[in-house]
Amino acid sequence: MPILEVDDLCVSYGKVEALHHVGIRVGEGQIVTVIGPNGAGKTTMLSSVMGLLPRSQGVIRFRGIDLGDAEVEDMVALGVNLVPESRALFGEMSVEDNLLLGCFHRYRGGDRDQQQTMEEVFTIFPRLKERRDQHAGTLSGGERQMLALARALMAKPRLLMLDEPSLGLAPLIVKEIFRVVATLKDMGVSILLVEQNARAALQIADYGYVLETGEVALEGSCRDLIDDPKVVQSYLGLGGKH
Amino acid sequence: MDLQIALLLGQDGITNGAIYALLSLALVLVFAVTRVIFIPQGEFVAYGALTLASFQAGKLPGTLWLLVGVGIAVAMVDLMAAVRARQRRRIPRIIGWNLVYPALAAGLIFALNPAELPLLAQILLSLILVVPLGPMIYRLAFQPLAEASVLVLLIVAVGVHFAMVGLGLLFFGAEGSRTPAFSDGSLSLGSLTVNAQTLWVLGSSLCLIVVLAYFFERTIYGKALRATAMNRTGARLMGISTVMAGKLSFLLASLIGAFSGILIAPITTVYYDTGFLIGLKGFVGAIVGALSSYPLAALGALLVGLLEAFSSFWASAFKEVIVFTLIIPVLVWLSLTTHHVEEEE
Repeated sequence: MPILEVDDLCVSYGKVEALHHVGIRVGEGQIVTVIGPNGAGKTTMLSSVMGLLPRSQGVIRFRGIDLGDAEVEDMVALGVNLVPESRALFGEMSVEDNLLLGCFHRYRGGDRDQQQTMEEVFTIFPRLKERRDQHAGTLSGGERQMLALARALMAKPRLLMLDEPSLGLAPLIVKEIFRVVATLKDMGVSILLVEQNARAALQIADYGYVLETGEVALEGSCRDLIDDPKVVQSYLGLGGKH
Repeated sequence: MDLQIALLLGQDGITNGAIYALLSLALVLVFAVTRVIFIPQGEFVAYGALTLASFQAGKLPGTLWLLVGVGIAVAMVDLMAAVRARQRRRIPRIIGWNLVYPALAAGLIFALNPAELPLLAQILLSLILVVPLGPMIYRLAFQPLAEASVLVLLIVAVGVHFAMVGLGLLFFGAEGSRTPAFSDGSLSLGSLTVNAQTLWVLGSSLCLIVVLAYFFERTIYGKALRATAMNRTGARLMGISTVMAGKLSFLLASLIGAFSGILIAPITTVYYDTGFLIGLKGFVGAIVGALSSYPLAALGALLVGLLEAFSSFWASAFKEVIVFTLIIPVLVWLSLTTHHVEEEE
């Protein structure tokens, strides 16, 4: 059973429909990527799945259960976490406090393992451990993205949705971020990865969707997509799949 | 003016300033978390003081019926929402907080004879009645408008203020009340005599400020409130619901308000509409802190208290004018030095 099924999803901003009958699936333990140009509706799709944006039509199922009009907080409680494009960090708080708040809903539920979870997260992001007392607002772009990822991991998610994690980062850092994403998969987290950096995304993902002007234009296993002439021409450019 | 008078005025100013400081902290908190400019803050001061006075006079305070009534209203709204969303597991909680709790409070007050109880118990009973009104009012008046603009929220806050002042007149009448001091006696410091209630006000305010600082800096709920103030979407993505943060900040604000009222009731006569002016002075302090800095707001409120005390000596007819004029240079300064910041990054 897929961990996330989105069927026939339509979302409108006023009279403008941003998503038309989008359907995607994320298998348990898989990395699924959604690529596509700016304005194709990728962020809208994630926001809608997360409950941040209302949808006009469509069904979202998590582990086979219809979520109805679940709110963001309900999604977090189920184990779905979104790292938005803006990162949405708490800039005037320390790295450690940002991480601590990543545990908030588990703390409310009675879990008191935040220190231990934080140590585990620090082994994935040793850089953050060095900066634990620093304000999040003073971090570099790459560190901020790592903190956003780390904070989401504090919630021990079953499904992690990442919106453009490579946006605005230097190539070396992008590589580092994608290495972490691959590690998370090995830890058993299912991942829905929205990316403009199609090459990097297709290299680590199992399955991919191409979203264009609010519709799924193409889907397939990443091995097929990476050789698809249309994908090569539109998204991978001259370098091809390498 | 000689030193003696200056010391007396200073003492007065600091005492009032401590109360304004508490209120300004509550205003900053509520605004940062919910973007509501909490005009009814002062009504909680009056309700706290007058509820205590009613107990001492052997009367049943009208705030008890208000708690029961508002509880029923919140229960109805929440039950309807829960049934519509098919969230049956929320129902026991809703009934517990909004129907059982007020009923228990009423039972407690009828079973005990509040007029005969020691002061501490009377204070606790007053807080039990008044404090829960804060989150309940948030639920009824502000939660449905969480996405509205600051101006709309301000207008609703003014509406709540008028409703609460009117109810205050109905419950407590037009006469003012004063409660006896927490303890008698005074302390002599050289030529200055400090009476005991002043020490109670200063000590309690300081304790409350320390507790609040601990709450915001050290506890996960305090951090969650600060996180909501910094980045609402980011906080929601952590599972910190805007509704929970709103109710918690209103709970703290009503606690601070009611407790402040209980503190000043032995110093000044409190009428049903006294709270408004006191709340506004806290607001001036909060403005000094640009509605965002807690330490600056507290300092600003202290300044308001001192300014008020000294201007009552030199120009007592213009006391209020001088205090509220303080807001103008502060606003000019703020608009010249701060840049407009987007709400979300």
